Amino acid sequence: MVDVALEGGAISIGQQGERGRVLQRLRLRDAVFRRLTRASAILVLVILGNIILSLIQGSWLALSTFGLNFLVSDAWNPVTEKFGALAPIYGTLLTSFIAMLIAVPVGLLIALFLTELCPPWLRRPIGIAIELLAGIPSIIYGIWGLFLFAPFLQETLQPFLINTLGNVPGLSNLFAGPPYGIGILTAGLILAVMVLPFVTSISRDVFEAVPPVLKEAAYGVGCTTWEVVRYVVLPYARVGVIGGVMLGLGRALGETMAVTFVIGNAHHIAGSILAPGTTISATIANEFTEAVGDLYTSSLISLGLILFVITFIVLAAARYMLLRLERRIGS
Amino acid sequence: MTSTKVETARTPRYAARRRRNSIAMGLAVGATAFGLGWLVLILGALLWEGCRGLTFQVFTEMTPPPGGAGGLLNPIIGSLILTGLGVVIGTPLGILAGTYMAEYGRYDKLTTVVRFINDILLSAPSIVVGLFIYELMVYPMGHFSAIAGAVALAVLVVPVVVRTTEDMLLLVPDQLREAATSIGMPRAVMIMRVAYRAARAGMITGVLLAVARISGETAPLLFTALNNQFWSLDLNAPMASLPVVIFQFALSPYKEWQQLAWSGALIITLTVLLLSIVARALTSAKKQAL
Repeated sequence: MVDVALEGGAISIGQQGERGRVLQRLRLRDAVFRRLTRASAILVLVILGNIILSLIQGSWLALSTFGLNFLVSDAWNPVTEKFGALAPIYGTLLTSFIAMLIAVPVGLLIALFLTELCPPWLRRPIGIAIELLAGIPSIIYGIWGLFLFAPFLQETLQPFLINTLGNVPGLSNLFAGPPYGIGILTAGLILAVMVLPFVTSISRDVFEAVPPVLKEAAYGVGCTTWEVVRYVVLPYARVGVIGGVMLGLGRALGETMAVTFVIGNAHHIAGSILAPGTTISATIANEFTEAVGDLYTSSLISLGLILFVITFIVLAAARYMLLRLERRIGS
Repeated sequence: MTSTKVETARTPRYAARRRRNSIAMGLAVGATAFGLGWLVLILGALLWEGCRGLTFQVFTEMTPPPGGAGGLLNPIIGSLILTGLGVVIGTPLGILAGTYMAEYGRYDKLTTVVRFINDILLSAPSIVVGLFIYELMVYPMGHFSAIAGAVALAVLVVPVVVRTTEDMLLLVPDQLREAATSIGMPRAVMIMRVAYRAARAGMITGVLLAVARISGETAPLLFTALNNQFWSLDLNAPMASLPVVIFQFALSPYKEWQQLAWSGALIITLTVLLLSIVARALTSAKKQAL
């Protein structure tokens, strides 16, 4: 590393002026580099600020035209220029809810398998395989869902649900209607697969962070593996698990392409989860380039703003919880 | 020693606990099989459907008009250009920001805030980034353009690179920094010559992960780079990209287009999986070395 100190010309003893100049240059370079890195860090904040600002600016026209009505109206008519966000919001929340309903228990069980049951040599390969699910681009889930998964559901799961749960009083509305294949349920199921790796890998990490002494003590008093997980691991890891779940939820809410393929893009709120619907992101993806007129475009950007606000709150809460856990483990 | 009486009294309860345990463990194994099953199903279908149409033509011909035969040359090149530009714009920013957080401003309030915001940007919906760039570039310029698409991708690259750069630099032992400083290296030189070098594998991993993330991204390109049926290298004009072409072709009624969509999907997935495997191999080699 000596060459660094000598960089910019050989310094021999006696050439004090030269040495001073070299030092000066190095100091200047250090200051410039420091400023540059700081500016880049601030740029990250600027990007987020700009996203929010530009969304507000773009949605101003629609929000000032419709006011708060935009949030509670389910009208979506480009011809008469009446727009409301209720149907997409409903679809977004419902598909994400279905996704979490499946992904959370399955993800927790996989994490349990990986930390407590799995032979050590299998742990890494299975962990990586599950994480690969997160690496597959969402458009792949979309094309797979549209061509293979939706037709499969149309022929198997959906008729089954209609014939069984569709006849149960109270549930009949939820599982009514012809089996379209595409629809809210299909989108929810695909989202479940997509968020599964997030829930799994964070749960596994927080399960592994549970001090072995606690688990050993529980085993020592005769607990079964399930009891150790239920009464020791889960309570200890609760905050982290909730953080991981919220992170997965944030993903599910904002997921676009996979949902766009299989949701059916119908702007109405059907009671049945087998019926086609739409989500915020699918509406934007489908209609934005074809939107004619300022009000239409502005309404779509308002949807984007709503989506961003919802995911921001969910993700911020998730990060806050994970941060709290990190601090506790650190202390 | 417990008496026989007590033991018999406990047996049913003990059996119930055992049963509950085996049910839970069975469910755990089942859940894992369920999770792995999806991976097999999706990759299997992709290989099956994608390989059927994966001919030499796919790589040498332009996208066809409806019903015609053709290939995916222009979207492949378009994707390479957009991804390349996105990485070239986003990576330096990400590395510099990560450097500030791990080196100059490690105990700064700013770092905590940036880390929090960055983590949110990391999982923010990518379609919102598309809208943002539309408002920022496409609308003022008056037309869709490749450069807008590249900037949208760059916005997605930054948080990934920031995160890994910071993490990897924090792994570099402080003794290395102290040693470098003690022989008179200024901080900037120390960071570039010592810290970067020690964290190099991890930082490259971050860039690879970012490439993997954006090469499959569709939503931010839909209303920035749009699509282009023709050969175009003009950064100021709309440009085709694999994900957008897949989106368009898959939803079309034409068999040839749908087949091309599958082939494109296979190409993207293999690229992305290859990148993430290389990235993983790099970090695990690094961890063993430490």
